[in-house]
Amino acid sequence: MAGPSDVDVDLSVAYVDATVPAADYLVALPVIAPLIMGAFLLMLRRQPHIQPMVAGITLAAVFLGNIVLALRVAESGPVFMAMGRWLPPFGISFNGDALGVFMALTSSLVALVCVVYSARSIDGDGRRYGFYPFLLLLTAGVSGAFLTADIFNLYVWFEVLLISSFGLIVLGNSHEQLDGAVKYAFLNLIATTLFLIGVGYTYGLFGTLNMADLTLRIAESPDAPTGTLMMIFVFAFAMKAAAFPLNFWLPASYHTPNIVTSAIFAALLTKVGIYALLRLGGMLFPAAFGTFQDVLLWVAILTSLLGAAGALASSDIRKMLGFLVLSGIGAMFVGIAVASPDGVHGAVLYAVHSILVMAALYLAAGVIGRMTGSFDLRSVGGLYRASPFFAAMFLILVFAISGLPPFSGFWPKVLLVRAAMTAGEAWLTAAYLLSSFIAMIAIGRVWLFAFWRNGQQDGSEVAIQPLSLADQRAFLTPIAVLVVVIVGIGIIADPAVYMAGIAAAGLFDPSAYITAISPVAP
Amino acid sequence: METVLAVLIGIYFAASIYLMLSRHIIRLLLGAALLSNAVNLLIFTAGRLVHEVPPVVPYGLYAPEAITANPLPQALVLTAIVIAFSIFAFLLVLAMRAYQVLGTDDTDHMRIAEPIETPRPPQGY
Repeated sequence: MAGPSDVDVDLSVAYVDATVPAADYLVALPVIAPLIMGAFLLMLRRQPHIQPMVAGITLAAVFLGNIVLALRVAESGPVFMAMGRWLPPFGISFNGDALGVFMALTSSLVALVCVVYSARSIDGDGRRYGFYPFLLLLTAGVSGAFLTADIFNLYVWFEVLLISSFGLIVLGNSHEQLDGAVKYAFLNLIATTLFLIGVGYTYGLFGTLNMADLTLRIAESPDAPTGTLMMIFVFAFAMKAAAFPLNFWLPASYHTPNIVTSAIFAALLTKVGIYALLRLGGMLFPAAFGTFQDVLLWVAILTSLLGAAGALASSDIRKMLGFLVLSGIGAMFVGIAVASPDGVHGAVLYAVHSILVMAALYLAAGVIGRMTGSFDLRSVGGLYRASPFFAAMFLILVFAISGLPPFSGFWPKVLLVRAAMTAGEAWLTAAYLLSSFIAMIAIGRVWLFAFWRNGQQDGSEVAIQPLSLADQRAFLTPIAVLVVVIVGIGIIADPAVYMAGIAAAGLFDPSAYITAISPVAP
Repeated sequence: METVLAVLIGIYFAASIYLMLSRHIIRLLLGAALLSNAVNLLIFTAGRLVHEVPPVVPYGLYAPEAITANPLPQALVLTAIVIAFSIFAFLLVLAMRAYQVLGTDDTDHMRIAEPIETPRPPQGY
C-alpha cells in the first residue's frame, strides 16, 4: 500500500513501522483463535466426537491468554494493537483496558466451563448442526465487543454474536424454541439496527470511529447534539441488556434452548449490552449520559423489581432463572444510574459476578432437570439425599446470587448500596434491597423444593435418576469450578475488587485509554 | 439532493415502524428489511452525495481539491448491507419454519413458549 517514495509523505503518522511485539497479539487472540477454530470445526462436522475436545482446547488457550493479558493490564495499563498496522484513526484497532479485559477473562472462563459441561449433554445431532462452531463464533463476537476500540467494529461484533446466538437458540428445532427464537431474533435485530443508526450519526457528527479519538472530539464539542445520539444508544443497549420496559424478549426465549445454550446466553449476552452502555455512556458521552440519569433510575428500580417478582411467580426453574437475570440487570443499572465512580465500580463487579453465578445456576438447573426429569417446582425433590455434594454447591449459589457474605455477590452489593446511599437515592436503595430480598426467597425456594423436600408437591415419590460417574465428572466439575471461583472472589475479594476499580476509574478518566493509542495523538 | 434523500429516509423509517407494529410475522419481516435499508441510506447520505468526483488526493497535495463524497460511509454501508442481508435470510427461514410448525403467523397466538395458563409455584412447603 505504501505509495511511491518520491512523494514527501510522512507515513509514520499513519502506519506502524516497527514490527508488532508478539505479546501485543494477546489482545487479538481471544478473537482470532475462536474464529479460526470455529471455521475449522465447521469443516470437521462429520467428526462429532472430537468437536468438544478442539473447542475446549481453544477456549482453554484463550482463557490462559486472557489471564496473562489481565495481569499485564493491571500492571501497566491498556494494551493496544493496530490491525493491519494502520494507526487510528485510520485503521481498526483493539485496545484492551481493564474493563474490557476483565469482562473478556470472565466470559472465556464461562465459555470454557460450558464446553466441558456440553461434552455429555450435546448429542450427535447438536454437534452435527454446529453447536461448537456457533459457540466459538459467539465467544469471538463477545471478546471482540469487549476489546475493540472502534465503534463500528463494535457493531460488527454485536452482529457476529447475534447471528451465532440465532444458530444456538434454534438448535434442536423444538416448537418451543422456534417460538422463543422468533421473539428473540426480531427484537435483538431491531436493537442492533438502532445501534447502527447511532454509529452512522456519530460518524456524521465527529468524522471518526475510533473510541479514543471520539472521546477527545466529543469533549471538545459541547454543542454537538449528543443527547439525541445518547438516546438512540441507551435505547439500543437497554434492549440488548433486557432492561425494563424493553425486557420482554428475555423471559420469552431463554428457557427454550438446550440448558448449556441458556447458560451461555444468560451469562454473556446481556452483559455485552451493559458493557457497551458503560463504554459509550460512561467514557464517550459522559455529559449527555448524565442527562439520562433520572430515566435510568426508574429503569433500575423497575427492572430489578419486575425481575424479582417474575422469579417469585414462576414455577419452571429455567423461567425463574431468566427473571433472575433481569433482576441482576436491574442491579447493574443501579450503579449505572448513580453514575458515580463507586456506582460504576459496583456495576462492573456485579456484571462479573453475574456472569459466573448465572452460568453456574443454569448448569445446576440442567443437573436438576436431568436427575428428576422435570424443571417444575411442583414435581422436583429429594436431591439432597441423592447428592449432598450437589446440594451444597447449589446452596452456595443461592447465597451468592442473594448477595450474602462470604460469596461473590456480597461485594458488588455493598458497593452498589453505598453508592446509591451516597447519591441520596433512598428509593433506589430501597427498591434494590427489596428486589434482592424477593430474589433470595425465589431462589431459596428452589433449594427448599428440589433438595430438602423428599417427594413431589402432591406427596408422591420422585423417580431420581442417579448420575453415572462419567456424568458426575462432566456435569458437576464445571459447576464446582465456578463455585470455587465464586467463593474465591467472596473470600479473597481484593484482586476482583481492584480490577473492577481500575476498570471503573478508566471510564471516568480515559487518559490511559487514549495514551495507549498515543503514537497518533492528533 | 440530500434534502430529497432525507425525506425519503423519513418515509422509509415511518413505513418500517408501521409495518413492525403489526402482529403478523410477514409484516415484521418486511418492516425489518425496510428498516435496514433506511439505515443504510441514512449512513450513505451522511457521507455527502457528490457526482463523478473521485475521492483521490492529487499528486503533491494532502487533501482532495474539490469536495468529494466520503468513501468511508460507503464502506460502512457495504458491510451493513452484507450483515443485514444474511440476518434477513435467517429471519426468513425462521419465520417460515415457525409458520409451518406453529401453524400461525400471528404473534398473539404464538404462546407455546409462554402458555397463557402457567401453573403457579407451590404455595407451601
